[in-house]
Amino acid sequence: MSAVIEQHHDDHHHGPAKGLMRWVFTTNHKDIGTLYLWFSFAMFLLGGSFALVIRAELFQPGLQIVQPEFFNQMTTMHGLIMVFGAVMPAFVGLANWLVPMMIGAPDMALPRMNNYSFWILPFAFTMLASTLFMEGGAPNFGWTFYAPLSTEFGPPSTTFFIFAVHLMGISSIMGSINVVVTILNLRAPGMTLMKMPLFVWTWLITAYLLIAVMPVLAGVVTMMLMDIHFGTAFFNAGGGGDPVLFQHVFWFFGHPEVYIMILPAFGVVSAIIPTFARKRLFGYASMVYATASIAFLSFIVWAHHMFTVGMPLAGELYFMYATMLIAVPTGVKVFNWVATMWQGSMTFETPMLFAIAFVVLFTIGGLSGLMLAIAPADFQYHDTYFVVAHFHYVLVPGSVFSIMAAVYYWIPKWTGNMYDEKLGKVHFWLSFVGINVLFFPQHFIGLAGMPRRVPDYALQFADYNMISTAGAFLFGFSQLLFMFIVVKCVFGGKKATAQVWEGAHGLEWTIPSPAPYHTFTTPPKVDMSEAHG
Amino acid sequence: MDKGKQHGWLVALSLLFGAANAHADWTVNMREGVTEMSRQIYDLHMIIFWVCVVIGVLVFGVMLLSMLMHRKSIGAEPASFHDNTTIEIAWTVIPVIILVVMAIPATTTLNAMYDIGESDIDIEVRGYQWKWQYTYINDDPAKEVKFMSALLTPSEEINNLTPKREHYLLDVDNELVIPINKRIRFLITSQDVIHAWWVPDFAVKKDAVPGYIHEAWTNVIEPGIYRGQCAELCGKNHGFMPIVVRAVEQAEYESWLAEKQQEAADVFDIVGKEWTMDELMAEGESVYTRNCATCHQANGQGIPPAFPSLVGQGLAVGAIEAHIDIIVNGKAGTAMQAFGAQINAAEIAAVVTYERNAWGNNIGDLVQPKVIHEQLTGQ
Repeated sequence: MSAVIEQHHDDHHHGPAKGLMRWVFTTNHKDIGTLYLWFSFAMFLLGGSFALVIRAELFQPGLQIVQPEFFNQMTTMHGLIMVFGAVMPAFVGLANWLVPMMIGAPDMALPRMNNYSFWILPFAFTMLASTLFMEGGAPNFGWTFYAPLSTEFGPPSTTFFIFAVHLMGISSIMGSINVVVTILNLRAPGMTLMKMPLFVWTWLITAYLLIAVMPVLAGVVTMMLMDIHFGTAFFNAGGGGDPVLFQHVFWFFGHPEVYIMILPAFGVVSAIIPTFARKRLFGYASMVYATASIAFLSFIVWAHHMFTVGMPLAGELYFMYATMLIAVPTGVKVFNWVATMWQGSMTFETPMLFAIAFVVLFTIGGLSGLMLAIAPADFQYHDTYFVVAHFHYVLVPGSVFSIMAAVYYWIPKWTGNMYDEKLGKVHFWLSFVGINVLFFPQHFIGLAGMPRRVPDYALQFADYNMISTAGAFLFGFSQLLFMFIVVKCVFGGKKATAQVWEGAHGLEWTIPSPAPYHTFTTPPKVDMSEAHG
Repeated sequence: MDKGKQHGWLVALSLLFGAANAHADWTVNMREGVTEMSRQIYDLHMIIFWVCVVIGVLVFGVMLLSMLMHRKSIGAEPASFHDNTTIEIAWTVIPVIILVVMAIPATTTLNAMYDIGESDIDIEVRGYQWKWQYTYINDDPAKEVKFMSALLTPSEEINNLTPKREHYLLDVDNELVIPINKRIRFLITSQDVIHAWWVPDFAVKKDAVPGYIHEAWTNVIEPGIYRGQCAELCGKNHGFMPIVVRAVEQAEYESWLAEKQQEAADVFDIVGKEWTMDELMAEGESVYTRNCATCHQANGQGIPPAFPSLVGQGLAVGAIEAHIDIIVNGKAGTAMQAFGAQINAAEIAAVVTYERNAWGNNIGDLVQPKVIHEQLTGQ
């Protein structure tokens, strides 16, 4: 079918505007997707450079490079920027580019709001990053900003941090409303819910999670603001408040938040593995139900982050059991990917390599997560490097690898050029080795008793910290190669066909490469062969 | 389960990462510890670990096999199977069964941990930025033993000016001393931010939350010195507030306790006598180094704006009443703590005198411990 039926009644509206203003005023989902992706990559490099400061300081015992107060600012800013600036906007960028093309929609449903939701972000992060130059320094209380460390003892810049979080929240809520409205209203005729690609499904569920929990985050930072400036005592025990309340509210946001960062990754991997295995996804319906179950469970397990906070026995038991349950739908997902690979006809292009690495390393992170769920054992793991290793395994070779896989997979469609396959593979192997050298030893130092968020450590942790730092620099600098590959692909390369990948299914592969500025201005007809494969 | 084998496996894993080191013995795995509880937790940890290893090996094994056998390059043709209800039910139900099996020992252990029971000794553990205060609770207030426990590692070692000795960052000035084979109850709380009191060998980790008193207990089997650290980010020196517990025989514990009780009685005599300027300055410097230098720095210059300089400005060169007041009562909303509850009258007098006369602050006045004592007790 022709997906680019152009009416040509008014040429003015069909091409992008010229110059810088194109990007400022754009309401085109592809432009906005591009903006999101570049923004998130910039934040990834910024947050990554903070991580390298942390790892450099931890290369050896003793204080060498930074002082403890600056170290704490680095851990805090690294976490905030990676979560809110790198991973979340990258997935929104992918949603912008892909959701309309996957469901046969001409654009996102609310294009003007789409523009706003992106352009809030540079201001939010400029405000957040500017705290580094303020008197008293940047926020230094960890990305979880536990009260009363953040309220009664935080630096003056905490107020700017609160407003930055508010802006990010507004941006996320607008972005997710846009995704929900687009998916529910703009699907092409015949694209029923159960025919949607899994990336669309996972994003639909993610968007609901965002709408549900971002207001909770806004609430908790507003309560902080009141405590700091208006004399309330929500979290101040001295005024009748409760520091533990902060943690309950924060993690009620925080736990769904970690699934917000992984569900779209599941969608990406569920698109890539069938393509390169040349075999249909094993259990489409069970994947949808598993995603929905994970989303539901994410709301009822938050206090497993708080096993040592002094909950009563009944609370500990409940949160332990509920958390262990998450292993079931997550297992279903992993088994489905493995069953999809089984008896396929696999090739191993860069997106497939990242997707397979995702399955393996995310599973390792999932298994250490299962260990952490066992409350009595968690008394030993809690707040050690074991936890750091766990959540980095699900976030870096989890979410971040899936984003990289997605970029390699769809960039021929975006730019019309194939990326450099040889360099892509080099990038993959450097990242794969780097990430494991970086995070695997952290399991050991965590079990051996090294607490997290410390600028210095006892001598018995020295060897593994040194190895970990070497891995960090390898992984970090490999990402400059990623940037080079992407830029090279934008400016040239072997021309991509519309189909791009032999085994790819879905509406986005029916339109030419590069995708025209406007696609599906007339809705396509969807039959089974073009649905989820 | 054969522990030797388990260890071998972990060491082999660590060798993969090129780290054949002399102390691999306890840097790759959780410590078994020295209490029944910690050993139960260790066993639980090993069970889950092996369950995870088996699952991992199976899943990754199938993937690897598939990647070797089902590649296009060797002419593999894609099969077309999908959706098999039997398999899908199996891989939902089997994990549920595994989880239930894992949940049973976890529940038993958790139950035992929460059974505080009757304790032999009650110790209040109070977190401060960045040290611990231990109070041996006694019905007779005169016999109550109370002391602060802070990092002993000198800043020269931290700043790489002198070689780091054994127990770098894990040494304190005053250890917590407990008898073995007694049920010790810890009542854990905090004076400022949230800390967490963690001794890995006891498998006790509990947050110290201001406004809450949390309970934890231990019963140590083997005498020895056990080291831990604060486990909850609590500000600048979070990495520098270790915990050291010395577990000893009952007799040794009793003589230690008697000694501590005598020391407390002696403080009354010390406070009562007339001190000279030199005595106050000497004592003041040591009090300052232990309590004040982490923030205000050894040279008194501080780290403005969070930690103000004391040299030639502010309360240290102002009215002595205000100077004493801020040390005794602290300043709300800042890191400046109320030291009135942490150090005795002689130490307060000494540090006030020291700050007013060190680093070129030549105010020339001094304050006697007696005066401070009268203020503190409201006499």
